[in-house]
Amino acid sequence: MTRFIERTIAGLTGTMSYVLSAEESATSGGLLQGIDPRVKVIGILALILSSALARRLWVIVSVLAIGLILAIASRMELGKLARWIWGPALLFTGCIALPAIFITPGRSVWTVPTLGWTVTEQGLRSAAYLLSRAEAATTLTTLLVLTTPWTHVLKALRVFRLPVVFVVILGMTHRYLFLLMQSAFDMFESRKSRTVGVLHSADRRRLAASTVGVLLSKTFHLSADIHLAMQSRGYRGEVYSLNDFHARPSDWCWLFVFLSVSILAWRLGQ
Amino acid sequence: MTPVFHANNLTFQYNSVVALSRLSLTIGEGKRVALLGANGSGKSTLLRLLDGLYFADSGSLSFCGTNLDPAIFEDDEFAFQFRRRVGLVFQNPDVQLFSPTVFDELAFGPLQLQWPKKEILERVDAVLDQMEISHLRDRPPHRLSGGEKKRVAIGSVLVLDPDVLLLDEPTAALDPRSQSQIIDLLIGWGDGKKTVITATHDLGLVEDIADHCFLLQAGTLVAEGRPAELLQDEDLLRRTNLIHAHRHRHEGNGVHSHPHRHR
Repeated sequence: MTRFIERTIAGLTGTMSYVLSAEESATSGGLLQGIDPRVKVIGILALILSSALARRLWVIVSVLAIGLILAIASRMELGKLARWIWGPALLFTGCIALPAIFITPGRSVWTVPTLGWTVTEQGLRSAAYLLSRAEAATTLTTLLVLTTPWTHVLKALRVFRLPVVFVVILGMTHRYLFLLMQSAFDMFESRKSRTVGVLHSADRRRLAASTVGVLLSKTFHLSADIHLAMQSRGYRGEVYSLNDFHARPSDWCWLFVFLSVSILAWRLGQ
Repeated sequence: MTPVFHANNLTFQYNSVVALSRLSLTIGEGKRVALLGANGSGKSTLLRLLDGLYFADSGSLSFCGTNLDPAIFEDDEFAFQFRRRVGLVFQNPDVQLFSPTVFDELAFGPLQLQWPKKEILERVDAVLDQMEISHLRDRPPHRLSGGEKKRVAIGSVLVLDPDVLLLDEPTAALDPRSQSQIIDLLIGWGDGKKTVITATHDLGLVEDIADHCFLLQAGTLVAEGRPAELLQDEDLLRRTNLIHAHRHRHEGNGVHSHPHRHR
């Protein structure tokens, strides 16, 4: 059987299970799940900003630790966070940070045998700053997404005065991305059921190209029909939205806590 | 009395492909009408014309005496009134469910028509109850079953309390229980004061939901009449591909063939 098709199916299944898992964790009971999405968006953005602006490593690590405590209090699986966030963030940021260890001028702490490359103290510090900031930002952002239904995250973005049409288009993109992903999944599964043997690389490319073509064609038809369905219910070029969030006293308290901690981290980090 | 819809020699084509040809029909207020025809007969196109989404290439189509053309929809007052009074349920619910949650989906129409917020919330809650989908309120549409999606799609139109309800194959690809729920809803909706126009090739549905039928074939109107009259004309139904010879095996008696009506 063709590994290419199986890998594609596995990739699509993985993405869909990630989305479903994220939706489930967003609706499960936990600390962050119970807070108004607007408060979470403002609070988490403030924490990310404070870690980005901090010039002391211990402050950035403390913000990351706050993220960890919030994750545990929100019943997040730390193993899942490690797999989805910390590992990939370490890998990608590590690739960027690695050269800095050697090329940043400063006091030498170690020399790589044979190659003769020198690791500097300043280089190590730069890499540590970059890695800890990236880990703190990705952890906090992921916490927001995993503890808030995606639709609420989008609606909450309206507190930053984002145009309604922008939020609506993002919402529709998310919704139809899922639908088209399901179509792609069905197409690859049906292809798998009719394929025997190994596909040559040229055939794999042809299969991928034809799938993309069919999906594009489906997207065009779908978008035309969606536009008609919107028109049918009164859409005339302007989009209106209903904000049905209700902030409770506890949400205001949490906003105060988030902003206080962020300001404190910013001040201590200077 | 001015009919709700009056089509006179209505012709419509997609690029060079004729979808409807010289079609004339009249639909009165409060009527329950079925548009019958096989796939590709022009039913869905006609519904889109009736909903003011497409416009006639030649001939005319009027709604309550007002000719439907692109110019009339430039008038906000007419457009808002028309969209409030006429609602279309598309065949594919995925086309119609473009909002992030069921609640947003139902609120979309009233929001576009700029209803007051309080009225929107009350109306959406009432329709969620009526359609028995209150438990789906915050669910995203891609997590719903086919029957649930259909009920949400119908609810998203009923929320506007339209005078005219257009339905495109409302029971297609639904399991028997979901089909029966939709049919019950259509039978009970409007207390006979609303106009309901249903496009279908499901002959088992027709007598329940319609008191008048139009039969289309290749974009032309080939017959009209009461459901009981049309459904008895097997020659006509066979010619329009709505029934076909159905062969099946009886135990001990070999293969047996008889006309088969699609449900």
